[in-house]
Amino acid sequence: MLSKETIVKAIVEGIKVASIYLPPDVKDSLKKALEVEENPATRAQLEAIFKNLDLAEKLKAPICQDTGLLSFYIKAGAKFPALDVVEEALIEATRIATREIPLRPNTVDPITGRNPGDNTGRYAPVITWDEIDPRGDYLEVTIVPKGGGSEYVAVFTMIPPGKGLEGVKEVVLDAVVKAGAMPCPPTIIGVGIAGTVDKAVSLAKKCAVIRKIGSRHPEPKIAALEEQLRDMINELGVGTMGMGGKVTALDVHVDYAYRHPATYAVAVVFQCWAARRATVTIKSNGEYTITQ
Amino acid sequence: MEYRLKTPLAEGDVRRLRVGDVVYLTGIIYTARDAAHRRIMEYLKEGRQLPFDLRGGAIYHCGPVVQKKNGEWIVLAGGPTTSTRMELYEGEVIEKLGVRMVIGKGGMGRKTAEACVKHGAVYTTFTGGAGVLAAQSIKRVIDVHWLDLGVPEAVWVLEVVDFGPLVVAIDSTGRNLIEEVVEESSRRKSELLKRPLILP
Ligand code: SF4
Repeated sequence: MLSKETIVKAIVEGIKVASIYLPPDVKDSLKKALEVEENPATRAQLEAIFKNLDLAEKLKAPICQDTGLLSFYIKAGAKFPALDVVEEALIEATRIATREIPLRPNTVDPITGRNPGDNTGRYAPVITWDEIDPRGDYLEVTIVPKGGGSEYVAVFTMIPPGKGLEGVKEVVLDAVVKAGAMPCPPTIIGVGIAGTVDKAVSLAKKCAVIRKIGSRHPEPKIAALEEQLRDMINELGVGTMGMGGKVTALDVHVDYAYRHPATYAVAVVFQCWAARRATVTIKSNGEYTITQ
Repeated sequence: MEYRLKTPLAEGDVRRLRVGDVVYLTGIIYTARDAAHRRIMEYLKEGRQLPFDLRGGAIYHCGPVVQKKNGEWIVLAGGPTTSTRMELYEGEVIEKLGVRMVIGKGGMGRKTAEACVKHGAVYTTFTGGAGVLAAQSIKRVIDVHWLDLGVPEAVWVLEVVDFGPLVVAIDSTGRNLIEEVVEESSRRKSELLKRPLILP
């Protein structure tokens, strides 16, 4: 029988992996950045990043002192036997992981300023029931510990619909220049286009934090848009930590939803180089795997 | 150029640094972020003596992750926080307290740059996110002041050995590396906006 404890244990493990190890696609693309950068100050930053990654792995310490506000994206099989305890398990796992790893206690009550010290609170950690697989009997939880620095520079705006994709390009390039060195570049940039505020933002967020570097949108036109935006952003020359250089964006991911004739919502979300994520898949018999 | 420097920093050593230079710092650094800066300003306004001496010293924009073991504090992770928020105060802090080096990330503005020129100081950046690497060069917590502000906001007096790489981002000639990079990217943006996307 699948118990809540099993889910808690699997998720605590997942939070550890996500906080300590950078996913291979992110590491590889940082390596490519180091291969092409020539400016010594920029290279010094990238070399420090790699030293830091090695130390984090060796000491089993979180990569960055900002261990983020934990977000969980759930894909649930409708036949998974313990759906009723999933949310409780995620909150409990957050408390345990905060104590054991340890994570920095980041959640703060915006009304009173109180920090409960365990990374939980009203709507925290952030839990998103993202997808239901009608025939599945498994639970897939993608864990994203995202820091404040890169979340801070996100942009949302409504553009005149007549401007179309050129308008989107303008919003994205403006956002990157304005963000400068603040989101710890090189970043992964997610762009969402939709008819409503929430859809644009949630698409952009998922593009930034879930999709793997190098993955392209299945539609050729959007795939081309992603590549051209990425190349243009890299022409801006902000570089690692704003030291100037050829790589400002590790990648750009775009997704869209049909809009309303009057609205053209555009959101841009940044993910810093410390792009931490891990996916825990739990089978109905309690066996689980963690992938990055 | 690469330099190894020790605190207290001499004006001559600091004035020799240029943007893009890399520094490894040994000695004592003081963490201070928003709340500590606000309190320093209050002390200055009231003409009160600070409980620590920053002359020739280095301020670090950092809210560390600390742990108390057997009565001793240790820093587990100590990367920089975004410096932009401290722009409000730093010029005056450099002027009145004789700080020679400010360490952070993300860049600082005109007022800080002016103070660096006038009083002989630099702004350097440590790699954002490299919290474990930073903790490696923090050998000891010497003291902590103003713990009532909370752990991240308190002033931690840290003994560091070869703390770096610190890249000089504002030097005492008034050059501001990150601002220059962002201004250049803004110019390039105007060009890119004239170049249309070519989509299938
Ligand atoms: S932006 Fe990312 S890498 Fe930079 S300090 Fe925040 S969490 Fe760490």
